[in-house]
Amino acid sequence: MARKSHVQTTINGETVEFLCEPRQSLLEVLRDELHLTGAKEGCNNGNCGACSVILDGRLVNSCLVLGAEIDGKSVETIEGLAEPDKLHPIQDAFLENAALQCGICTPGFIMSAKALLDKNPNPTEHEVRYWLAGNLCRCTGYDKIVRAVLDAAAAT
Amino acid sequence: MQAFEYIDAKTVSEAVALLDDKGEKARILAGGTDLIVQAREGRRTLDWMIDIKSIPEVNVLDFDSETGLTLGAAVPCYRIYDDEAICNAYPGLVDATKIIGGTAIQGRAGVGGNLCNASPAADCIPPLIALNATCAIAGPNGEREIPVEEFCTGPGQTALAKGEMLVSLKLLAPQQNSSSYYLRFIPRNEMDIAVVGAGASVILDDDKQRIVSARIALGAVAPTPLFAEEASELLSDREITDDAIGEAAQAAQAIARPISDMRGTAEQRTHLVGVLTRRALNGAIQRVKDTG
Ligand SMILES: Cc1cc2nc3c(=O)[nH]c(=O)nc-3n(C[C@@H](O)[C@@H](O)[C@H](O)COP(=O)(O)OP(=O)(O)OC[C@H]3O[C@@H](n4cnc5c(N)ncnc54)[C@H](O)[C@@H]3O)c2cc1C
Ligand code: FES
Ligand code: FES
Repeated sequence: MARKSHVQTTINGETVEFLCEPRQSLLEVLRDELHLTGAKEGCNNGNCGACSVILDGRLVNSCLVLGAEIDGKSVETIEGLAEPDKLHPIQDAFLENAALQCGICTPGFIMSAKALLDKNPNPTEHEVRYWLAGNLCRCTGYDKIVRAVLDAAAAT
Repeated sequence: MQAFEYIDAKTVSEAVALLDDKGEKARILAGGTDLIVQAREGRRTLDWMIDIKSIPEVNVLDFDSETGLTLGAAVPCYRIYDDEAICNAYPGLVDATKIIGGTAIQGRAGVGGNLCNASPAADCIPPLIALNATCAIAGPNGEREIPVEEFCTGPGQTALAKGEMLVSLKLLAPQQNSSSYYLRFIPRNEMDIAVVGAGASVILDDDKQRIVSARIALGAVAPTPLFAEEASELLSDREITDDAIGEAAQAAQAIARPISDMRGTAEQRTHLVGVLTRRALNGAIQRVKDTG
């Protein structure tokens, strides 16, 4: 077995340290080592977006990042969005618009939407659809999701 | 995923020494959007992943309207299309960076990795060829430069020798009245692999009625992306007419050696080479005209 890497990083604003094998993806580290199970594994090859997180301000697929790579970096996951007594406006908009059914794609869509709205607070529908092209949903259909993101943009 | 060692290389010479020492069992990790997938699927056995993203030279993104562009081998797509000066100077390359995967892939995937992975269908390679890019390579015997059209030698195969790595790509400053364009055919709207890709760059005369010179390149129709040299030369010092564009498109079709697979038949691909070559040329010409 390869040497374990010692990684110090910031996750949702808190300093976190962990040991991981080089072959463990960031998604595996989040879920299996840090017990942050919000990010989901869909395809494990970059196609579905269920594992989307924000790494140093950019949206990435955590299944295509190694845990060892995030030393000194900053990660935002779905767990960091809501406040103790209040959902994030994007989460509210997903609920209001019934933009989820089974929910496995939802953390990825919400992180993807957050990355978009952080960069472009007033996107057009076209921009939303284009930005979310890397997130797949097999039950809700995309219209409600797109409407939720547009509503969240309007609400903030 | 298979077990391997991870090394965060800090300098080009450290990465080169490791590559030279470990040989085939070591691979460079840039954005990982090809390499991590390949390692997970067991398509590549590797004992060492050498992360280059801490090396300053591979993160350089430096554009100067006099001297051109130095594009570090690990610069992700988003840094390219977020840069307005680069979008104006090399729109054909920017076209490709915007269609690789989705937003999350573009947060990691780079042009350098796209080239080094050497897929025949890689979207960045035809525009790099059309823009006459040069590869700056470092290895155990020092540095060398080669034209990008000589870089890919087969599917997944490159001109890099043992111990060598790509450090950066160099693009000349855009000339007066020049522009570029890249497009591909895919059955879906987003997130798919090119059935055929075509890139073109053109330089026009001051009246924008004649082509001074052009470069055309094709993807997904041969074991490597192709520079369509004859098609390009046909357009040297030619008036812009449908006939001239059509002749170039025909010459491009003549060098395509496509295969039939689940994405399309050889016949369809050859047809598409004609259509996309015309569109790439007209797209590049239109961009010159639009910039006044
Ligand atoms: C879901 C998904 C969709 C995609 N869609 C597209 C698409 O539409 N079009 C397209 O063209 N591609 C597509 N790709 C592939 C694309 O993301 C990659 O080709 C990417 O550009 C590679 O860059 P990287 O930085 O991620 O490279 P890596 O994965 O880090 O490296 C790629 C290869 O090049 C080698 N390498 C990297 N840098 C160097 C260097 N400096 N010197 C020597 N060797 C090096 C690596 O060892 C590896 O073998 C897609 C990938 C995914 C997962
Ligand atoms: S699990 Fe990462 S993109 Fe599907
Ligand atoms: S809600 Fe089930 S996959 Fe999207």
